[in-house]
Amino acid sequence: MINGRAIVAGSAEGEALVTSEALSFWGGFDFRTGQIIDRHHPLAGVCATRRILAVPYSKGSSTTTAVLLEAVRAGTAPAAILTTGVDSFFALASIVADVMYGKSFPVVALEPADFARLKSGDRLVVERSGLIRTI
Amino acid sequence: MLLLSDDYRAMLAGERGLAPQLAMSILVRMAEVYGAGELMDISQAHIDSTIYLGDATLEFAERLASLGARVAVPTSLNVSGVDECGWKDWAVKAEWAAKAARQMLAYESMGAVPTWTCAPYQTHMRPVFGQQIAWGESNAIAFANSVIGARTERYPDLLDICCAIAGRVPAIGLHLTEHRAGEILLQLDHVPDALQQDDQFFAVLGHLTGARVGDRIPVIGGIVAKPSEDHLKAFAAAAASSGRVALFHMVGITPEAPTLDAAFQGKAPPAAIAITVEDLRAARRELTTADGRELDMVILGSPHFSLAEFSLLAPLVSGRHAHPGVKFLITSSRLMKEHAQEKGVLEPVVAFGAQITLDTCILASPMLPPEIRTLMTNSAKYAYYAPNLLDTRVTFGSLADCVNSAVEGRVVRDESVWLQA
Repeated sequence: MINGRAIVAGSAEGEALVTSEALSFWGGFDFRTGQIIDRHHPLAGVCATRRILAVPYSKGSSTTTAVLLEAVRAGTAPAAILTTGVDSFFALASIVADVMYGKSFPVVALEPADFARLKSGDRLVVERSGLIRTI
Repeated sequence: MLLLSDDYRAMLAGERGLAPQLAMSILVRMAEVYGAGELMDISQAHIDSTIYLGDATLEFAERLASLGARVAVPTSLNVSGVDECGWKDWAVKAEWAAKAARQMLAYESMGAVPTWTCAPYQTHMRPVFGQQIAWGESNAIAFANSVIGARTERYPDLLDICCAIAGRVPAIGLHLTEHRAGEILLQLDHVPDALQQDDQFFAVLGHLTGARVGDRIPVIGGIVAKPSEDHLKAFAAAAASSGRVALFHMVGITPEAPTLDAAFQGKAPPAAIAITVEDLRAARRELTTADGRELDMVILGSPHFSLAEFSLLAPLVSGRHAHPGVKFLITSSRLMKEHAQEKGVLEPVVAFGAQITLDTCILASPMLPPEIRTLMTNSAKYAYYAPNLLDTRVTFGSLADCVNSAVEGRVVRDESVWLQA
């Protein structure tokens, strides 16, 4: 069990997809397919749809938020995003998705040591409180 | 706990209209995310939300416009998804063009200035040192903070317009002096003057910086070259593409770093790394993803090509012609094209065979036909994103290399300074 800080509260369940490399969703994620397309990124070619995406923070383009909003509308967004520290881009995308479509995704900030314990393929439950459980 | 004045409460309660209410409700939720104690006034904004991606970006813009949204401060607009006058020359589909144009109209209806450029700092909307602003667009954020010394957080799309409508931002981060100190020193280690003066040097150094510093504010030491504004623009765009740099300091060059001590606000650098010639060579190699000499198109202008860049290009192309097998495209703004025309530096560029796309770029508008497979550019930002977004391969080179390659019809680069260094 990991106690995270719920930046945008919500619940989700899914398979973890974990990376230690920052990601720009614009130019790095295709909202039509849900795939990560940044060729410089270790997850290039992997589908993030409905996964619990653990990425330390956003980088690159300001349009990352708009790509995530499109992904929520298209049904290709991750089920939740876990970060180290507070990432305002992921939080904003979830908040605007809530305002526009009544669909937000949880954004949870973890201590770096807790983040480092996450493993791709783990089945995770994210609770509204920010608690993360492996099942 | 966020403290709100009566004025903000009135906005939140809808007493100033539905659009300010929506903008303020998003801002207040974000103030909680940032942990802000209060909101503060801004006197300018730059909106990156203009980029049309699909139905969601359009619905967001039209929702705000339908609620009667008006910007509360002077506001410039970033690139859109279409060159309204030129899209028919390219592979843009009519439905895309129509929807992207609707998104442009929505933001214009809010009273923003239709600058349609990712280099707003090279227009009459350039902010001044110390000015509190809310800017979107990663390259523009880094330039405004670092080269001008204006103050903006790293604002994302959809939030930038809320700040502009409310005229306020959460009082946090790079708006505040104490969060603008350097956090890591990148010291050039025996990097020769000749290499520092190469046209590609600052773009390459920016690409390397973004990849190395993570989420820290970099301070670059050891620069003896005197970069032009467009070289600093290239650095900012590169560092904000390979990384998340929103503010950098260059000792002796940028305004908040007259000295190393000033860049770190009197503290010792918490971390330091040496940058060697070999590091720079490796970073430059990373920017080239093409593996041959074939060339379909030269692409210049990310960030948008400036008047100074047109002025440098004109003598390089005068009396020459691009090879018929190579397209030569420059992405720029309406304003820069007009200035270039007035100054007489547009005519030789067009005579060379260059095409000019305004208001957008090849990354923001699906304009390239599928037969364009190999690009050459002097922009590290184009070099970073084009392979991801356009499924093209890129060769990175200097402005002169780009021109010479366009004439030859194949990639030619003068790499002597990089090989000798």
